[in-house]
Amino acid sequence: LVCLCLGPGAGQDVGRSCILVSIAGKNVMLDCGMHMGYNDDRRFPDFSYITQNGRLTDFLDCVIISHFHLDHCGALPYFSEMVGYDGPIYMTHPTKAICPILLEDYRKITVDKKGETNFFTSQMIKDCMKKVVAVHLHQTVQVDEELEIKAYYAGHVLGAAMFQIKVGCESVVYTGDYNMTPDRHLGAAWIDKCRPDLLISESTYATTIRDSKRCRERDFLKKVHETVERGGKVLIPVFALGRAQELCILLETFWERMNLKAPIYFSTGLTEKANHYYKLFITWTNQKIRKTFVQRNMFEFKHIKAFDRAFADNPGPMVVFATPGMLHAGQSLQIFRKWAGNEKNMVIMPGYCVQGTVGHKILSGQRKLEMEGRQILEVKMQVEYMSFSAHADAKGIMQLIRQAEPRNVLLVHGEAKKMEFLKQKIEQEFHVSCYMPANGETTTIFTNPSIPVDISLGLLKRETAIGLLPDAKKPKLMHGTLIMKDNSFRLVSPEQALKELGLAEHQLRFTCRVHIQDLRKEHETVLRVYNHLKGVLKDYSVQHLPDGSITVESILIQATAHSEDQGTKVLLVSWTYQDEELGSFLTSLLKKGLPQGAS
Amino acid sequence: MAAHLKKRVYEEFTKVVQQQHEDLSAKKLRLTKPSKSAALHVDLCKATSPADALQYLLQFARKPVEVESVEGVVRILLEHYYKENDASVRLKIASLLGLLSKTAGFSPDCIMDDAINTLQNEKSHQVLAQLLDTLLVIGTKLTENPSVRMRLVEVACKHLTDSSHGVRNKCLQLIGCLGPVEKGVAKEVESQAAKDVQKIIGDHFNDQDPRVRTAAIKAMLQLHERGLKLQQAIYSQACKLLADDYEQVRSAAVQLIWVLSQLYPESIVPIPSSNEEIRLVDDAFGKICHMVSDGSWVVRVQAAKLLGSMQQVSSHFLEQTLDKKLMSDLRRKRTAHERAKELYSSGEFSSGRKWGDDAPKEEIDTGAVNLIESGACGAFVHGLEDEMYEVRIAAVEALCMLAQSSPSFAEKCLDFLVDMFNDEIEEVRLQSIHTMRKISNNITLREDQLDTVLAVLEDSSRDIREALHELLCCTNVSTKEGIHLALVELLKNLTKYPTDRESIWKCLKFLGSRHPTLVLPLVPELLSTHPFFDTPEPDMDDPAYIAVLVLIFNAAKSCPTMPALFSDHTFRHYAYLRDSLSHLVPPLRLPGRKLLSSPVSPSITPHEDPSQQFLHQSLERVYNLQHLDPQGIQELLEFTIRDLQRLGELQSELAGMADFTATYLQCQLLLIKALQEKLWNVAAPLYLKQNALASAAAKQILEETYKMEFMYSGVESRQVVIIHHMRLQAKALQLIVTARTTRGVEPLFGMCEKFLQEVDSFQRCFISELPHMQGSFVDKLLDLMPRLVTSKPSEVVKILQTTLRQSTFLHLPLPEQLHRATANIIEPTGESDNPLRFTSGLVVALDVDATLEHVQDPQGTVKVQVLYPDGQAQIIHPKPADFRNPGPGRHRLITQVYLSHTAWTEPCQIEVRLLLAYNSNRSKASAKIPKASWSESLEALPQSENGIEGTIPFSKPVKVYIMPKPARR
Repeated sequence: LVCLCLGPGAGQDVGRSCILVSIAGKNVMLDCGMHMGYNDDRRFPDFSYITQNGRLTDFLDCVIISHFHLDHCGALPYFSEMVGYDGPIYMTHPTKAICPILLEDYRKITVDKKGETNFFTSQMIKDCMKKVVAVHLHQTVQVDEELEIKAYYAGHVLGAAMFQIKVGCESVVYTGDYNMTPDRHLGAAWIDKCRPDLLISESTYATTIRDSKRCRERDFLKKVHETVERGGKVLIPVFALGRAQELCILLETFWERMNLKAPIYFSTGLTEKANHYYKLFITWTNQKIRKTFVQRNMFEFKHIKAFDRAFADNPGPMVVFATPGMLHAGQSLQIFRKWAGNEKNMVIMPGYCVQGTVGHKILSGQRKLEMEGRQILEVKMQVEYMSFSAHADAKGIMQLIRQAEPRNVLLVHGEAKKMEFLKQKIEQEFHVSCYMPANGETTTIFTNPSIPVDISLGLLKRETAIGLLPDAKKPKLMHGTLIMKDNSFRLVSPEQALKELGLAEHQLRFTCRVHIQDLRKEHETVLRVYNHLKGVLKDYSVQHLPDGSITVESILIQATAHSEDQGTKVLLVSWTYQDEELGSFLTSLLKKGLPQGAS
Repeated sequence: MAAHLKKRVYEEFTKVVQQQHEDLSAKKLRLTKPSKSAALHVDLCKATSPADALQYLLQFARKPVEVESVEGVVRILLEHYYKENDASVRLKIASLLGLLSKTAGFSPDCIMDDAINTLQNEKSHQVLAQLLDTLLVIGTKLTENPSVRMRLVEVACKHLTDSSHGVRNKCLQLIGCLGPVEKGVAKEVESQAAKDVQKIIGDHFNDQDPRVRTAAIKAMLQLHERGLKLQQAIYSQACKLLADDYEQVRSAAVQLIWVLSQLYPESIVPIPSSNEEIRLVDDAFGKICHMVSDGSWVVRVQAAKLLGSMQQVSSHFLEQTLDKKLMSDLRRKRTAHERAKELYSSGEFSSGRKWGDDAPKEEIDTGAVNLIESGACGAFVHGLEDEMYEVRIAAVEALCMLAQSSPSFAEKCLDFLVDMFNDEIEEVRLQSIHTMRKISNNITLREDQLDTVLAVLEDSSRDIREALHELLCCTNVSTKEGIHLALVELLKNLTKYPTDRESIWKCLKFLGSRHPTLVLPLVPELLSTHPFFDTPEPDMDDPAYIAVLVLIFNAAKSCPTMPALFSDHTFRHYAYLRDSLSHLVPPLRLPGRKLLSSPVSPSITPHEDPSQQFLHQSLERVYNLQHLDPQGIQELLEFTIRDLQRLGELQSELAGMADFTATYLQCQLLLIKALQEKLWNVAAPLYLKQNALASAAAKQILEETYKMEFMYSGVESRQVVIIHHMRLQAKALQLIVTARTTRGVEPLFGMCEKFLQEVDSFQRCFISELPHMQGSFVDKLLDLMPRLVTSKPSEVVKILQTTLRQSTFLHLPLPEQLHRATANIIEPTGESDNPLRFTSGLVVALDVDATLEHVQDPQGTVKVQVLYPDGQAQIIHPKPADFRNPGPGRHRLITQVYLSHTAWTEPCQIEVRLLLAYNSNRSKASAKIPKASWSESLEALPQSENGIEGTIPFSKPVKVYIMPKPARR
């Protein structure tokens, strides 16, 4: 019943996340990302794919954005303003706050620097943001009468969330990007046992089990510390948001602990604005920061100051965070060129570098770089690589699946080969089916929706009182009448059903004759039968009535002599439909005959 | 306003007690008690609405009920219970019943039948649950009676089918608390309740309500605690509960599994979906490890804690907990730890880090990797990385416990512990350092590990640094480079934080004595000696140089070849340090020098310590020579006291003992001197001056006896008797002196009576010790007691005087171990010339850092006193959290004292000192009096009625220069 379409992107691919889910007749778009690698039309998802013709607003019930990374929200203004979508867009408060900053920055680079036209404008970003509805963690938001969504904490970056989408009793959980190991500023993703029909999980690190974070942190700190003690300068190229803040906190606390004096600088601009939001959204950070912010907000850095271009030439040790992260342009490259010649200095690359960038070149060991203008730059400074990634590794993904207990898993946002491995593991260990659709491929998943039925309390109590203890895990048999009327189901007692439908009650009675060889008188036979039954059915009330008949609960047994053969007695057993079980048991018991030797 | 502010600050941060010298009037309130039951009955009958009745009951519940009237009250309550229609009132009555049956001294079996009867007709689930709770209270009071317990259990079983979770909850609780534990008993009464409690409880493991499931598991645990051996069959049930939706259930289930694993560690359980079988404890270990990555942190903490106590687990499983089986792109990857180790063993120094240094190596078989069901795999790695520091601390503790029992595991977990030194929460860092110290016997640090450990020395937190010094004291280092590294880092630490001096020296002392052979090759370099040239003599006062010398001298103690490497000035410095820092520098046998430090020949030491002998001899002498002329006694006492005091200074281990006896002798001396006074022969008023001497002596003896009683740890009751006896003598002396000097008899009456009371209480407290006190003051006094009670004050005084003179001198037996409580204020140092300036009326915080030794219960007894120049004194109670316990018998007080005063014209010094508070009630003697078992009686006597509270200053006062400035307007 849940149909899923990975139209625009994201399937077995990283970048351009955009997933379309249709669940019980509702269509939800999850994320609206762009691909960083392309500069043409391919950078945005192909929205025409969704509706061949007709307006998007009519087709989609809502759009959900998991976090503010551009590969998850980059295409949003294009989608809402240029393609045209007026429905609600849901995201968390921090995402809503930071997202426009990043979009604006992205727009500036594309339009102002590269001079592209036909791109969304600042106004469009603003208009788009007006359509956004912000949600809180664990807040259940009713999109319309049937569709509801709920956000869970996902770690990864500030404000990242996993979303549960629920229509009736069918539900989907979309993880976005998440991190199962806490870092210096964010906690670990967490979800309750919501048992969704489908879990859509990212799988960037499907085949990796990562080492403890502590070693990496320690290494990083040790290197920075050593260089600074030597009097060298440390350059850390970062992207403005996410890892940068983590590294800042790491260094800040280390400086504080070790009483170090060397200055730390942070290149200004985008980051400063973003840091402001980090200060505000304390509830989204990890335990330590949440607990100590009353004394001191960890994002109010004591040792980290804003960077000025002139500082790069200052003598003495310093640490500088500069954008962008891959050393391909901007401030980080400028500083790099200044410092590269001194072997006392160090550059630490905290993330992945795309081929062709200076970052990639120096990481692969190149020591002589050709810069623009035929200059040759000799790199004497030390080059270090430290990976601080905020995605869940294979173990983390499995852990999340264990927590949520989904019935099906769907892997996205990863490489096909790696996903294959994880898929196999998931199927093997959780015995749930797992899917990994390619871009544009549609996956259909059939669910067994449970249908809620109203039952009157009286009936429920009466029925549960019968029999032994109620057991949570086992299904229980109930007697009642199911009435389907006006699109609703009700379970009522038979009497009430009859009354409502205006029908008269019919009684169904079974009668059965059992022949017994017995030469004695009728009433003696009856007595024997009575004694026999009393012996066997200890828990039931067996009565011998004065008119010569026997009742077992409401079942009547009468004995008459056979008209032809006096030695054969005919036992007439009669019971109503409700006592079917006991009645059939009695007949089979009597058919076996009476025990010999009894009086 | 300022004054108000100041007051508020005091209220909020510290408890400041102004010393007051007003006597509490000894009036006592006596309340007459009207019959409670009657009053209640009247009240309840008056009640018109349920709300009214509830009000009455609430009021009633606030007052205690005496034992005698409980039953009557219960009857009345029950009567109303049957009449009452409102469920809330019945609920309150039921809860009152429970409360009443808790009354000490009341045996609730008489009301049990009634309580059970009320259950029959009750319809409200809440009231039912409350009634069962009452039954639980009754049952716990009558635990010795098996038939009562059986009956209650039966009742509980009957109500287990109730549809309300609250009732089922209580039933299970009742069964858990009262269910038959011994198999034998269960057999006897099997006829009535042929039920197996475990099975009944086990059936509720699958209850539909999570609260009931939790209660069932808890009941099971309760049974275990009460000594019932749980059946192994429960194990599989409990395992299923680990996957429960509710955290309380999971948390309790983890506990249950742990209990079972301790009960049946060796039994074999099958692994599902394979034919293999493993030991139960291993299986349980795996399962609990799995819970370390549970969704709820409460469960994670629980699981991590329990892991530590599963010591029977096989090492193969144990080591898995530290191995996460890293991989990258399906290829096996080595952890950073493994890489570091390899790097170290290959002998390479530092590798310029290469891109892809950590590149994964071998391919792994995709089939062989299982990501989640791998049991114990990486449990600790997860636990130590957890988001919640509670979990991390629990994991560190568990690591510690497991490592203590398994040296190979200790070796393995070292890397992880070292990593924890960089945790973001200080508590966790501290905990991991302590853990490391505890397991350090089992491990030797590699150089790279040592490097990481030493990096923490720069931490700005003093606690962390000191913990680290303690750790370094007991670590094993493998190479001489390691020692060198440690020394260099410690010296760096010393320059950065000069206050750590003592701690660093101590650390180096142990480091040297543990690794003499590793220090040996470093000596020339450390002392910067040169084979040909004379090097300049280093500065003797340089703490860093002293640190180096401490290391070397301690190593030299067990390495006789080392002194040959010393240069001349080193020997001179040794002599100096041996004298000035004798606790850090050991005696050395230096060849060819006459500076052989003291005649310590190894042959004597093992037997009797000569100084100990001396102590005993001098005491013998004093005790034996009783019948010398007064002058002789006095002289002998004076000499002995002097000897003892000197002995205490010389021999630190005997200091407590020597001081203690010296004080005692001092008291005796004072007493003798006072009695020798001539004033006794002359009419009193004429000799007011001498008289002052006697009364001063009495006062001083009193003070000294309090010191003896409370300042020494290790004082036994034998000594306490003697001390109290001495105090009694001092009081007698006081009485005599006052009798002599005051006119009129009225005041004397009171005094005499008080004194006789004290004699009486002395007799009561120490009745068992009296036989040892033949011929003593008290002994004689008790003989005369009948006469004393009846005679007039003047006669009493006379008798006292003669007995005091005639009484013999009691022998003070010495306990095994005696230590004097000492305190040393490290901070403030009292050397500063810069006054602490602050605006008058506001407060200034003064950091106080002190070490305390041999103080029992410092949280309760140690106070800080601040004396202002105007004579005003304040006593500040430090918070319990301000005391740290770095070692047995040692405490450290790091606190802040808030000072405030009105404006002064010029800076002046205040005095800060530590006081030891005592309360004679709290003394060791009073513990022997069986306390009357008052329960909740509100009219209990005020505790300090006959206890004397006071304080003994036990540290040197430190002067602090302060200057409150007038506030600027």
